[in-house]
Amino acid sequence: MAELTYRDAVAAGIAQEMERDERVVLLGEDIGAAGGVFKATVGLFERFGPRRVRDTPISEQAIIGAAMGAAMTGLRPIAEIMFSDFFGVCWDMIANEIAKTRYMTNGQVALPLVIRTANGAGSRFGAQHSQSVENWAMAVPGLKVVAPSSPADVKGLIAAAVRDPDPVIVFEHKSLYSVKGEVPDGEALDALGAAKVLRTGKDCTIAALALMVPRAMEAAERLQAEHGIECEVIDVRSLVPLDTRTIMGSVVKTARLFTVEENPRLCGWGAEVASLVAEECFWDLDAPIVRITTPHVPLPAADSLEDATIPSVERIVDTVQRAMG
Amino acid sequence: MTTLEQARPLSAADDDIGREKRLRMYRMLLELRLCEKRAYDLFLQNLVKGTSHLSLGQEAVAAGFALGMRRDDYTFCTYRGHAHTLARGAAMAGVLGELMGRACGVTAGKGGSMHLTSVEHGAMGSYAIIGAHLPVACGAAWSAQYRGTDQVTVCFFGDGTTNIGAFHEALNFAVVWKLPVVFVCENNLYMEYTPIGTVTAVAHPAADRASAYGLDPVIVDGNDADAVFRVAAKAFERARAGEGPALIEAKTYRHSGHSRADPAKYRPQGELEQWLQRDPVNLYRERLVTLGYPELDLRSIEQDTARRVDEATQSAKASPTPALDLIHKDVWANGGSAWRN
Ligand SMILES: Cc1ncc(C[n+]2csc(CCOP(=O)(O)OP(=O)(O)O)c2C)c(N)n1
Ligand SMILES: [Mg+2]
Repeated sequence: MAELTYRDAVAAGIAQEMERDERVVLLGEDIGAAGGVFKATVGLFERFGPRRVRDTPISEQAIIGAAMGAAMTGLRPIAEIMFSDFFGVCWDMIANEIAKTRYMTNGQVALPLVIRTANGAGSRFGAQHSQSVENWAMAVPGLKVVAPSSPADVKGLIAAAVRDPDPVIVFEHKSLYSVKGEVPDGEALDALGAAKVLRTGKDCTIAALALMVPRAMEAAERLQAEHGIECEVIDVRSLVPLDTRTIMGSVVKTARLFTVEENPRLCGWGAEVASLVAEECFWDLDAPIVRITTPHVPLPAADSLEDATIPSVERIVDTVQRAMG
Repeated sequence: MTTLEQARPLSAADDDIGREKRLRMYRMLLELRLCEKRAYDLFLQNLVKGTSHLSLGQEAVAAGFALGMRRDDYTFCTYRGHAHTLARGAAMAGVLGELMGRACGVTAGKGGSMHLTSVEHGAMGSYAIIGAHLPVACGAAWSAQYRGTDQVTVCFFGDGTTNIGAFHEALNFAVVWKLPVVFVCENNLYMEYTPIGTVTAVAHPAADRASAYGLDPVIVDGNDADAVFRVAAKAFERARAGEGPALIEAKTYRHSGHSRADPAKYRPQGELEQWLQRDPVNLYRERLVTLGYPELDLRSIEQDTARRVDEATQSAKASPTPALDLIHKDVWANGGSAWRN
């Protein structure tokens, strides 16, 4: 076991796959010699050289389009979009081209590619550099979507994404890059489409994603210590495919469900989870499902405002405690 | 300065293209022409549903480039892509069948007229969002460069496409990475219904932009298949030699409206008639006659092609509609569409 930061685990996952497979190549803005604006690709340029780690112009459409063209002709590209908000300028490539091409060509074209991007709030960057947009990607058929919450997970899920034969979007969380965690030695290879039960409990289920996972865990500890409420915490990890079995298995046991989402309220991923659980586990529930989300507003920049906007440990504790009370 | 590349005068004895290629070119031009006409007929019979964008009048661009391509080269084209897909060797029945929504279609009815694809022929897709395929073509060219093959990627698009961001991103990207990609602007003078000159800052929508990316401006007579073939050959040679991309503007004209619903009323009187005098298929036939190719040989190609188009039509008409379980197939590489366990 080694202790790595989330950002170093990203680089380690990419390096592992580049070492293993010559077809894996990396492209994006400032990812080469500079090591990425979030320093998540440090060392790769030195190790694999400019032929495999390629700096691009500020051309998001060209980055994603080039990844697509390379994937359909035999490479396994990993494209970086610096901030997930910039999906707005290459959304055609992601949602119209990459997501649909296998289907439209009746399976003639394979697109084994990965798009990595820095997602989420907490950096006081304001409304255009702080969004959580994993729900955009989740809404488009043909994209696989993961959002890891720990260094071990990000390494293993990047490896799984690279080896997957379909396009996978990896949402890395900006506020997690500096977080440290144990990462097992040796080859990391996780599975897409598998949620994880991080803490067991009998009173309620809290399903969370990415930065909301450590907050849900801290909230669960406080709920136990201060209110005697035993929460089961599920790290959803993968939105597509969605591990409904793990989530529903827990709901059947606890009879209560809370989702903790960084997405703004309307059509956040928790809405889909809530709908599925309501449809399929209605008679197992003792009370309405509760979604804890960012309110339906663009994100403000000031630290005090941003902190009060995205779900906090306090908000999770209060909401759960009141609903369970 | 932009110059128009034109066919040089020829005699049969001094012919850089040669008999075998010339006959193939004529056969291809005819196939594209007759197949597109058939597509239009089938539309009038309500057998082609949805939309379709014909290349009638623009066949020399598709044929001239395709004839110079190697089997393992890649073609990327637009919704106006029937001709480009056929020119790479896709079966006529597969193309007509796709337009008709039949199981025999090149994508079994899942793509439709605007998304013809035949990977086995190097036809890497028809793209219907303006400009999207230029970056994708860069990626295919990058892959060829990375893998150390000397495959060339050819990317066709319209004059209107030169005003969208992806065009400019792709050109800069291709030049900076020195990619073996040839961008071909088929300038048919109109976007959908608007004359390109009224919405573009320069007179030659592609060629006048070339210098911004350090490329030579190249304009070719897109109705002269020989001129197109020669320009293509030069660009391919450079690309295969690792000398980077090219941007070629082919001047041409579509004989029909933008898409099936368009009567093209916006065109000034007499414009179509003028261009019909330079019909690329007729031009080519006349050249072959001038070069001494026997009338009988040409007629036999014409009859044979007409017969093959008829056969393809029959076979497409006889094909069943796609099985409904196709709806749920091939979202993912495992063949399915499951998004949950
Ligand atoms: C991004 C985008 N905007 C608009 C359209 C609608 N549209 C379809 S074809 C077309 C005209 C394109 O003109 P040009 O590039 O000259 O190609 P041509 O049809 O003449 O071959 C337009 C505007 C589209 N498909 N995609
Ligand atoms: Mg046009």
